[in-house]
Order: sequence, then C-alpha cells, then structure tokens
Amino acid sequence: MDQKLNIQDMILTLQRYWSKQGCMLMEAYDTEKGAGTMSPYTFLRAIGPEPWNAAYVEPSRRPADGRYGENPNRLYQHHQFQVVMKPSPANIQELYLDSLRALGIDPLAHDIRFVEDNWENPSMGCAGVGWEVWLDGMEVSQFTYFQVVGGLNVRPVTSEITYGIERLASYIQDVNSVFDLEWGDGVKYGDIFKEPEFEHSKYSFEESNQDMLLQLFDMYENEAKKQIDNGLVHPAYDYILKCSHTFNLLDARGAVSVTERAGYLSRIRNMARAVARAFVAEREKLGFPLLKQDTEKKEEN
Amino acid sequence: MTHTFLMEIGLEEMPAHVVTPSRQQLVKRTQEFLQQNRLSYGKVSSFSTPRRLTVMVEELAAKQTDVKKEVRGPAKKIAQDADGNWTKAAQGFVRGQKMTTDDIIFKEQKGEEYVFLDKFIPGEPAKEVLTGMKDVITAMTFSTNMHWGDHDFEYIRPIHWIVALLDQVIVPFQVLDIKSGRKTQGHRFLGKAIELHQASDYLTVLEGQFVIADPAKRQAMIEAQIQKLVKANKWTVELDPDLLEEVVNLVEYPTAFSGTFAAKYLNMPDEVLITSMKDHQRYFYVRDQAGKLLPNFISVRNGNAEHLDNVISGNEKVLAARLEDAEFFYTEDQKQTIADYVARLKSVSFHDKIGTMYEKMQRVQLIAQALGEKVGLTADELTDLQRASEIYKFDLVTGMVGEFPELQGVMGEKYALLQGERPAVAQAIREHYLPISADGVLPESKVGAVLALADKFDSISSFFAVGMIPNGSNDPYALRRQAFGIVRILHDRQWHLSVTNFEQQMAQLLEKHQVTFNLDYGKNIQPIKQFMDDRMRQWFGNHQVNYDIVDAVLGGHNNDLMAMFDAAQVLGEQRQDTNFKESIEALTRVLRLADKANFGDQETLSVDPALFENDAEKNLYEAVKKVQEATPKHSVAENFVALRDLRPLIEAYFEATMVMVDDEKIRKNRLTQLAILARLIFTVANLNELIVK
Repeated sequence: MDQKLNIQDMILTLQRYWSKQGCMLMEAYDTEKGAGTMSPYTFLRAIGPEPWNAAYVEPSRRPADGRYGENPNRLYQHHQFQVVMKPSPANIQELYLDSLRALGIDPLAHDIRFVEDNWENPSMGCAGVGWEVWLDGMEVSQFTYFQVVGGLNVRPVTSEITYGIERLASYIQDVNSVFDLEWGDGVKYGDIFKEPEFEHSKYSFEESNQDMLLQLFDMYENEAKKQIDNGLVHPAYDYILKCSHTFNLLDARGAVSVTERAGYLSRIRNMARAVARAFVAEREKLGFPLLKQDTEKKEEN
Repeated sequence: MTHTFLMEIGLEEMPAHVVTPSRQQLVKRTQEFLQQNRLSYGKVSSFSTPRRLTVMVEELAAKQTDVKKEVRGPAKKIAQDADGNWTKAAQGFVRGQKMTTDDIIFKEQKGEEYVFLDKFIPGEPAKEVLTGMKDVITAMTFSTNMHWGDHDFEYIRPIHWIVALLDQVIVPFQVLDIKSGRKTQGHRFLGKAIELHQASDYLTVLEGQFVIADPAKRQAMIEAQIQKLVKANKWTVELDPDLLEEVVNLVEYPTAFSGTFAAKYLNMPDEVLITSMKDHQRYFYVRDQAGKLLPNFISVRNGNAEHLDNVISGNEKVLAARLEDAEFFYTEDQKQTIADYVARLKSVSFHDKIGTMYEKMQRVQLIAQALGEKVGLTADELTDLQRASEIYKFDLVTGMVGEFPELQGVMGEKYALLQGERPAVAQAIREHYLPISADGVLPESKVGAVLALADKFDSISSFFAVGMIPNGSNDPYALRRQAFGIVRILHDRQWHLSVTNFEQQMAQLLEKHQVTFNLDYGKNIQPIKQFMDDRMRQWFGNHQVNYDIVDAVLGGHNNDLMAMFDAAQVLGEQRQDTNFKESIEALTRVLRLADKANFGDQETLSVDPALFENDAEKNLYEAVKKVQEATPKHSVAENFVALRDLRPLIEAYFEATMVMVDDEKIRKNRLTQLAILARLIFTVANLNELIVK
C-alpha cells in the first residue's frame, strides 16, 4: 500500500469519487438502524420508477455483535459507506473497482474477486442478487442488485455497494484491531469508540430494561401503523426503524424466544411492506417528480 | 469447405456452481439449434470462466441442407374445371408455394386424384441461419435469475458482450442493447478488450489476455501448481473435487500459493480448522506425511504471480481473524457444562408448530430405548444410549455451532469428550445426524445407529402429526432424506422393524409418559407406512431390483422392512430357478381363489378336516399347517422356499378337488384352506405382481 489513508481521508476519497459519478452526498440518517440499506435513502428510494443516485456513511448498530470492545473485529456499531444507483449503471463493477484504485488499492497488486452472495433481509421484505467482494480473501464490500424491496418487485433495479469501512481501513492501514485504526489527525478509533462499545455492550446484554423495550416495541408499532393509515410515510418509516432497533436490543438480551422471534420479524415485515406501498402511492400522487427531472436533464444534453 | 462458428456470452461474474451446468446447457441448446436448422456440423467444444460461456462449432456446413418436399394441394376435381382449366383454388395453392401451375403433377391417394408439387427448398447460408443463435442465448435457464438496469429481461447475471463469428465474419444479432461482434474482454486486471480476427483464434487470443477459457486446462494448471507446492514442502493434500471445481470456476487465470497460520490454533479440533479454510475461504488444507494437519494452506489467486506477497499476507490475516474467532468460541464454550446447554434447549424451537428441542429430546429418549431393546442392545449400550439421548442436541446452543452451523454433532462429540462423557456417548451424538445425504456414510456404532433412527422417526412422526407432510418437490425439512436414512441404517444393521407396529408402540409410549405435547402421534400411521414404502421403492430402484419384484414385495402384507429386503432378494434369486414359473403359477392360483372368499384381514380362520373328501386335501392341510407353524421362526427366504415346495401338493389338490362346489359348508372349508395359505404367501409378497414367462 503506497499511502495509508486514515478513516476520514478514506471517507472523503469515496465521497469525492462517487460525487463525480453523479451521486448526491447524503448524510447519515438520524434514527438507529442495523445497516445502511435501512436508511430511507436506500430502502424507500429503491422503490418505484424514479432514478436515484446517492452515497453516504451510515453508522450501523447491531447490539448482538457487541463484544465490550474486546474483540478486534466485532463491533456494536460499525460504519458502512453506502452507494446506491438506480437504474444500475452498466459499468457499475468498473466504477466500484475504480473506487478501490482511488483508495490506493491497485487490483494488479492484489487478488480481487466477486464471490456469489445473494443478500436477503427478510424482516424488511428485501432480497437481492450479487456478490461479496473479496480483497485477498477478505470480504470488504457487499455488492447487490436489489430485486425485491418491502415485498415489491423493483424496476428499475438499484445497485447497492456497501463498503465495510472498518474492514477496509484495517486492510489499508494494516492493523490487526479496529481500535488501532487512525480516524483522523492522529486520533485512534479506540480513543473515540472503545468506551461506547463497552457501555453499549453492557447495556444491550445486561442492563437494558426488557419490560420497557417490549412496551416500546408495541407503542412504536402502533404509531407506525397509524401513520401509514394517515398517509404520513416518513414518520411511519421512522417508527418502523425504531421497532427494528428495539427488537435487536431485545434479541441481544436473549429476551425473545425462537418462536417469538419469527413473530416479531413478521410484524416488522408487514409494516415494511405497507410503508413501501404507501411510498409508491405518495410519489405517484406527486407525479414521480424525479422521473420528470431526469427526462428534462436528458433532453437538455 | 467447412467452417468454424464461435459464440461467447460475456457476463458479470456468475456463481461458481452455475458455470459448468450452464456451459453444458449451452452446448445442448446449440446442437439442438443446428439440428433443427439443418446445419451439419462436426465437433462442438465449449469453454467457460466466471465471466463467459462459450461454444465453438467446427466443420460446420456453409449452408443448410436443401430439402425436397412433396406438398399436396386440392383434389383434381377442384383444381380443374370441366374444360381442364386451372381453377382459382389451384392457382392460389401454387402461388402460396411460390411455384407455377406448370409444376403441378397428379397423384392418387385413397382413390382420389390430388394436385401435388415437388417442392425444393434451397438451404440458406449458415451466416443467415446462425443469427437465430440469439434465441439460444435468451432460452437459457438458470436456477436464479436477476433483473438489472431498467430491462424487463432476466438472466443469471447482466450480459456485457456477445461474440458471434463465423470464421472471420460477424454473425449479426442483438440481445437487449448488445450487438454481437468480434470484441471480447481479457482478464479484468491483467488483460484488455481485444478483437478476434477469426473464430478459431479464440483460445490463443484469450490466453494472451490472461484468460484460460478452457476449464479443463485451468483445472490441470491448478492441480500442477498445487502438486508443486505440496512436493516442495513435503506435504500431502486431498484435492476435494467439489472445492476444486468451485475454485476452477472462480478464476480466469489461476496462480496457486501457500500461506501459514499460527500453530497454536492446531489445538482446536481439525474439523474447525478445515471448515474455516475449506468452506469459508475456499482454501485447500494440507497434512504432513503422517496425516497430521499442518498450519499451512493453499489457495488460488485469480491472476498471475506478480505481487503475490501482498495476496499471501492478506489471506493469512483473514484466516487468522477467523481462527481467532473460532478459538474464542472454543474457549468460551468450555466454560459451561452440558447441563447448562441442555437447559437452554428449552427455549430453542425445533419447529414453531411442534415445540422445542428439549421436548423433542424427551420423546427421543423414550423412542431410542424402545428401539434399542427391540434390536438387542446390551445393558451397557442401553445405558450409553440413554445418556446420549438425554443430551444429544446440546451443541446447538454453543457459540461454535452458532458460528459454524455445519459443525453440529462434530462439536457435540468433541465437547462431550472434553466434559468426560463416555466415548460411545460422544460418538453417538455425532453419528445421530448420519447419513447426511442419500449416499452419505452411516453411523459406525450401534448406539449411534439407534439414536439416528430414533431422531429420524421422531422428526417424521412429529411433522406428520402437525400436517406438514412432504408433497411434490416441497420437502423443506428433508423428511424424505431422513426416511431414506432409516431404510439404509436398518438394511446396514440387518435390524428387523415393522413400521406400523413401531409407530403404534411409539404413540402409546409417548402418550403414557405424557410427552406428546398435545400432538397426535397415532393418527398418521398409514401415511407414514406409505411414506416409508416409497423410500423402500427408492432403495430397491437404486439397487436395480426388478420393478415387478418391488411391486410384489411392497404389495405384500409384510411390515418389517428387513423382511422386505429379504423377500426381494429371495425372489430375485429364485427367479433363476427352472421351476420358478410353475411354482408361482401354483401359488397365484391359490391367491386368485382365496380372493373369492372375501375373509376379513383379522378374521380367525380354521379348517375342519372332517369335511375333506380326498387325500390331496388332507395332504395339503398338513403341509400348510407345518409351514404355518414354522413361519414366525423362519426367515422370509425359508418361508418362501417352504411355500414353493408346496407346488406338487397344490397341483394335486386342484387336480382332485373342485373348490367352488354347491355345498356351502364344503366350499367354505376349502376356501378357508386356500385363504390360510394365501395369508402365508402374502407374508412374503403379493406374487400376483410378478411377471413370469
């Protein structure tokens, strides 16, 4: 590796690169979630006929993966760099490989492979076809062509690239523990996140108030359903995200039996499906504005 | 002069397991296309990489074969008017065939004269015909398809280019927005896009661009490279054929390399290391000459040997992280007792509709003991079986099996030994999953075999009890495979077991010990018997047993699977016997008459010797009585031989005796005699199904 980019330089490099490819740089969405896919900038925008090109960093919380800051690779919260492009460009694989070059990873000096991995998120009614991208045997990105989102067959198809920032950075900076990564200006990842990792792990596994979480799940679910009925898609979606995160907390606590688990997941899935349909209806009522702009843009050129 | 046609479909990386079958499919479809289109050809070769499917046809004809075809038109009386002029009907017909009335000849068919044309269809040039190969591309089917961009079209992966060359000339067609041409792509990183001058250059040109398109050649390269590494280091390696094929289909230009990992990880069970290397990283593991696993691995890069150090150190780092994780689980798992894990199975669901793993284990304990006693396990074996069946699913809640589900059973055995369980108990825990495929290995220990049977009988019975019965291709819980496992284990062990009796006994046992958990285990005995019979049919089919013998055996009244194997075997052997035909005819004559008696299955039958009118009746009566008494003690084969040997007596009986006489008492007495004999015959098989020539 010629240059050892710190994490913020990596992010800046990816942002500059994808912005040049026509992606809007969005910010992380301010509700807890398990993956960048669950941001409305991916989940909702992948539905319907309108084009959409966006890139953003998404802090992703997975309570069950917490390891009290003791495991060098597993985290309660990791960061994803998410790129979604709809319709999927014909040269999306080349664009991705060029982004690696921009990060200083020369494919000729490494072994890069696209290994089949079909992605599924049953709780959100999502499925896609694609690969995990291996860099010298390590999975550094997930590459997916969405086929179903919120239970709806999607067309045009969105291509999604998810970079695991910590993984990729560990490779670029050649460290064995994520806590030794440099975030920026000499400050280490561990300096920022080790304590939160410990506290969140302790909270998720030992201290969380199960009764409260169970109540919250029901309350969030009721609110989400009510707002779907009111046609308020985005508030409804926020409550679905809250349901999902609350469920993850309960799950980490071991508070959900295997049987109940399936029940909770199907409750979330039903809401995700309903909000997906409501979103298309809402956009249709607006006349699919991004579709119009896209046509105008093409005519100008 | 003949020609060479080349077609390459360029794709984004296909899943490795799809590549070979798709290449074969492409060949088959191409051959069908050429035959249907009357293009004669010689050799068809095919090539594939993760990014391409290619077919090459050599000695291809320049054009389609011409066709001479006789076409019938209207009858003569309709084709010509009274004056012999051609009618509109005749003119329309020849026009439709692009010929003239001068070409018309008459031929008689079924006493009527008709207009005929000797039509000549000249062959089209190959280049025109081959444009139809577009449909070969679009007709390909795959296990999973995908959409991309804003196309409605579905395919295994997005198509990026198509090469279609007849010698040096492009065969023009279009799929979506992709026009066929002569431009192909080299290796993603080492090669570049390049134009093919002619079809026959394909392999050489691609090789210059770091693509070995012939999978056989890639495989040979990989094998040679691996052998070189193995030899240099004095290792041994087992080239798992499935892994090898997968690796062949993951690379376009292979370079094998080796790496190492810290020796401390060798303290973990081999299976853990092998799973991490082979299943997760697609590495080949290596052993020393004595067969001991070594802290080294071999992998294959998609590229050349440049900068191989980077690739090696990257792969070593990934494996180290995986092994570190595994070691964490291995250490953590040993901090809890088996009893802790078993208690946690109370909250692990076996299936939503059925109940928990813990409940399943409670049932299996009873079933296993009943089975163990039935097949004659010793007291010690029964003790081991009891212990194993109390804990055998405990590893499902260990961290290691959570992380590596494929190690279920294997980790159970290891952890059980570490916690001081007896070796037979530990072994049974691992073996209860066996066989894991239709031809997979069977349990080696008796205790393992009984636990495997009990676990499978319980699964089948409980899924049937909640109405989740496999149908068509829908068998999500692999119940057919489990039932087939039962058949194989029983045959392997030569254990006698009647499915219906055992199911009945099981239902009563579970009821008595109150572990049915509100499921009715008794209500599906017949469907389960049928389900098992179907697996028996599969077993016989795999062992080339003639279908009439299979029908006969399954049509008999024998419930014991072991006896069915024996019956099939003895019938197969006896078929070679010179008197087989006569014996079967005598016995089936008995069956036919007995059928007229309409006795119930359960009815007690007894013959009254006082009603006999001749010695033949008496002789048969005494002989049958002997056979009847011996039947429970004898094997099926012995019983069949005893029945076969009744032939002279049966023949003499029918010679001297009229069965369907008017005297009701005598008639009934004789039918009873035949029905008793028929019941004995049915314990072997329904001989009516046999085809005797």
